[in-house]
Amino acid sequence: MRDFYGVTLPNALMLGTAQYPSPAVLADAFRESRAGVATVSLRREAGQGQAFWSLIRDLGVRVLPNTAGCHSAREAVTTARMARELFQTDWIKLEVIGHTDTLQPDPFGLLEAATVLCAEGFQVFPYTTEDQVLAARLLDAGCRVLMPWGAPIGSGLGLNNRHGLRMLRAAFPDVPMVIDAGLGLPSHAADAMEMGFDAVLLNSAVAQAGDPVAMARAFALAVQAGALARDADPMGVRDMGVPSTPLIGKAWL
Amino acid sequence: MRIEVNGTPRDITATTLADALAELGWADARVATALNGDFVPSSARAGQALRDGDRLEVLAPMQGG
Repeated sequence: MRDFYGVTLPNALMLGTAQYPSPAVLADAFRESRAGVATVSLRREAGQGQAFWSLIRDLGVRVLPNTAGCHSAREAVTTARMARELFQTDWIKLEVIGHTDTLQPDPFGLLEAATVLCAEGFQVFPYTTEDQVLAARLLDAGCRVLMPWGAPIGSGLGLNNRHGLRMLRAAFPDVPMVIDAGLGLPSHAADAMEMGFDAVLLNSAVAQAGDPVAMARAFALAVQAGALARDADPMGVRDMGVPSTPLIGKAWL
Repeated sequence: MRIEVNGTPRDITATTLADALAELGWADARVATALNGDFVPSSARAGQALRDGDRLEVLAPMQGG
């Protein structure tokens, strides 16, 4: 498994902390998911922030703060600076949203913010599309990890553009990549791992399931299965049927 | 003076960011601050003067995806 800015994760799952029915379910889901990374955000302190922080600290996992909801490079850069102080980490999941309906990244704002933050020593996890040109520019700016989307955030559609993602994976074979956003089912996560991605990041698929704790376990198993399958070198695909049972020795009946 | 704290107008007597946080009840809270859109590190709060009409953002850890 490729490492993320020098950090090798215990497994390939990163899990969000939003939208759970209760803090207890969040903690149970994390335990079942065996996720090594929790994504968090910063919001105006209205009395719940301090308790939430102690809950996250008790999970004992690495924290990946995000710049969710930022629509400009300036907003995202300021948020990242605040996150670094608040969470005491150089890691930042950089989101610069370009479209309110699709929550698609704004490639121009993303590159601008990534350039500033990389120069300031941040270890940037850019939420990006499968666009190879943008990927190259982000790497040039200093990003050492890419986080291409599977589908729009919260949509549960899975891998919307498998061809584009496969091309991106092949174009930058040494770059650690996380499929971030849009996954709905464990099979989507297994698919991403089979395609050679290094991890998946999800939130709604677990938090919005009828039983988040069971779904967290399902994703843990799927990610493990997908990684195992990738390392086992899958067979090639054929258009025609090929018998698997030997023809030699078949009885003349 | 009157400043805006997390989008709400507040009358405060403090004249520095550090004193304002204490006055607003966040003396020991785990928060990050921005003044008029720019990050102010905790180490710079004591020396950061406030002026009437300033916009102060006080952010805390929160759920995120």
